Amino acid sequence: MNNIDNIKKIIVNKALKLDCGKIINNFPVAYETYGVLNEKKDNAILVFHALTGDQFVSGINPITKKDGWWSYAVGPEKAIDTNKYFVICANVIGGCMGSYGPSEIDKTTNKILGTNFPVITINDMVNAQYNLLDFFKIDKLFCVAGGSMGGMQVLQFVSNFPNKAKIAIPIACTASHSAQNIAFNELGRQSIMADAKWVNGNYSNEKLNPDKGLSVARMAAHITYLSKNGLQEKFGRKLQERDDLKFGFDADFQIESYLRYQGSVFVDRFDANSYLYITRAMDYFDLIKQHNGNLSRAFIQSKTKFFVISFTSDWLYPTSENKDIVIALNAIGADVGFVEIESDKGHDSFLLDVPEFLETLRNYINTSYLKN
Amino acid sequence: MKQEFKIIADLVEKNVRVLDVGCGDGVLMEFLKNNKKIDIRGIEISKKNVQKCIGKGLTVIEGDAEKDLIQFPNSSFDFVILSQTLQAFLNPEAVINELLRVGKKAIVTVPNFGFWKVRLHLLIKGTMPITKNLPDEWHNTPNIHMCTIKDFFNFCNDRQIKLYKSLALHNEKTSPINNLNLNVKNLSAELGIFLIENK
Repeated sequence: MNNIDNIKKIIVNKALKLDCGKIINNFPVAYETYGVLNEKKDNAILVFHALTGDQFVSGINPITKKDGWWSYAVGPEKAIDTNKYFVICANVIGGCMGSYGPSEIDKTTNKILGTNFPVITINDMVNAQYNLLDFFKIDKLFCVAGGSMGGMQVLQFVSNFPNKAKIAIPIACTASHSAQNIAFNELGRQSIMADAKWVNGNYSNEKLNPDKGLSVARMAAHITYLSKNGLQEKFGRKLQERDDLKFGFDADFQIESYLRYQGSVFVDRFDANSYLYITRAMDYFDLIKQHNGNLSRAFIQSKTKFFVISFTSDWLYPTSENKDIVIALNAIGADVGFVEIESDKGHDSFLLDVPEFLETLRNYINTSYLKN
Repeated sequence: MKQEFKIIADLVEKNVRVLDVGCGDGVLMEFLKNNKKIDIRGIEISKKNVQKCIGKGLTVIEGDAEKDLIQFPNSSFDFVILSQTLQAFLNPEAVINELLRVGKKAIVTVPNFGFWKVRLHLLIKGTMPITKNLPDEWHNTPNIHMCTIKDFFNFCNDRQIKLYKSLALHNEKTSPINNLNLNVKNLSAELGIFLIENK
């Protein structure tokens, strides 16, 4: 992560009280933008990233040198057309791409914060990112959009700032993290913490890296992003560069090799402590409880138009949970559209080339903008 | 746009809230939205059609009228429209009750199984009728609860449902249905259009 000091940041010099009670100030929020903010400032889209995403939505990520995480959806002439819209994305606080996170250096001790970083929530992430509206002097966003944890931030944003976005597009997400979601996140965290090189989160100060633990966490999570059919179709029982089973524990099967690869490339770009903090924030997310058991109350002050999208093969954030958001919105007569997109690519569908999804997203955004 | 939709549009007042149940590709919704300044929502079971509606800038949710109307509060719409779909439900009575709970008024259209051509088809050919409005064969038709204009008329009268307006449609022409001409209209009309509300 050598270019990390060159990425764009704002330093928020307004105190932010976190849900845990701690107050933070003078903290960085790293961001990237695509396209041009028009004179009326009515074409801004704030995109929220998912668990392992960052601010580099489109184009080539300058740090990883790979395509931006939402390149299929965002870019010139893409579904979210950066020739027309001004796209802003920030690295969440707790993240590891320049925003205030556990790899930040504590100026009083000159050591990396590690687990001295406060536990943050989706609410804290959204409140931190809100400062970008002030920075760009945008009174009202045209759109807030995001998938998975990004979708949770969309919901939280509208709840916190009811009239700061014209339209909101939560994709493949939930209003309340389920027991199964928490269970998978806990598996990932335990795997990181079981790595001897995690040393209670102090690994950076001791020049170590719990890469094995983080890699296993990523492997486990990666399975939850795919569907059984998708895996079966892509890998089946195909063997990895061998004609027969080797009666050992090397990667005999292609799926094993694939997961190992996914784990190994992930550790190069992601911080283990960030993984702990961000998964924790997701687990704590319960917009229903925040509103005393009635999700509708989260949106009752808002005139924002919603479009909820889910995917048939997403078992991590299934259609039923996405539909609960739709039901809560309909209960208060909000303007809400909903579609479940047919795809066998699992939860990851929102990141991939799923033409029906991208076309629907494009149409919704463009027709909503016309009605300005 | 088909004549049926024009008649429905005439029944709907301006500046009201409308739910189109089974809105298809949104032709009627678009017309009502553009011509009557109506705040209109749709619910549609086919993904393809939902996507078409989204493309037209219409607010539509993918859903099944038999399961998903429950999410709308009582009287949350001024009008609820159900066009030629009643006969496809497992439980049409429950759907009608839901329409009248969600909407202050409901507009229901039914393809008339009592139309003379339908009767003649069964009488002469001895096979299940196939017409312009009922193009499917008996084994692949979604229409599992066919009824006649007279059936629906009686259905409403037997319950606490007020028939605000009853219209018969034949050859693009409409005429009112009443107790006196019911048998004639039941023979001569292809489609019945009813504006109903709870008594």
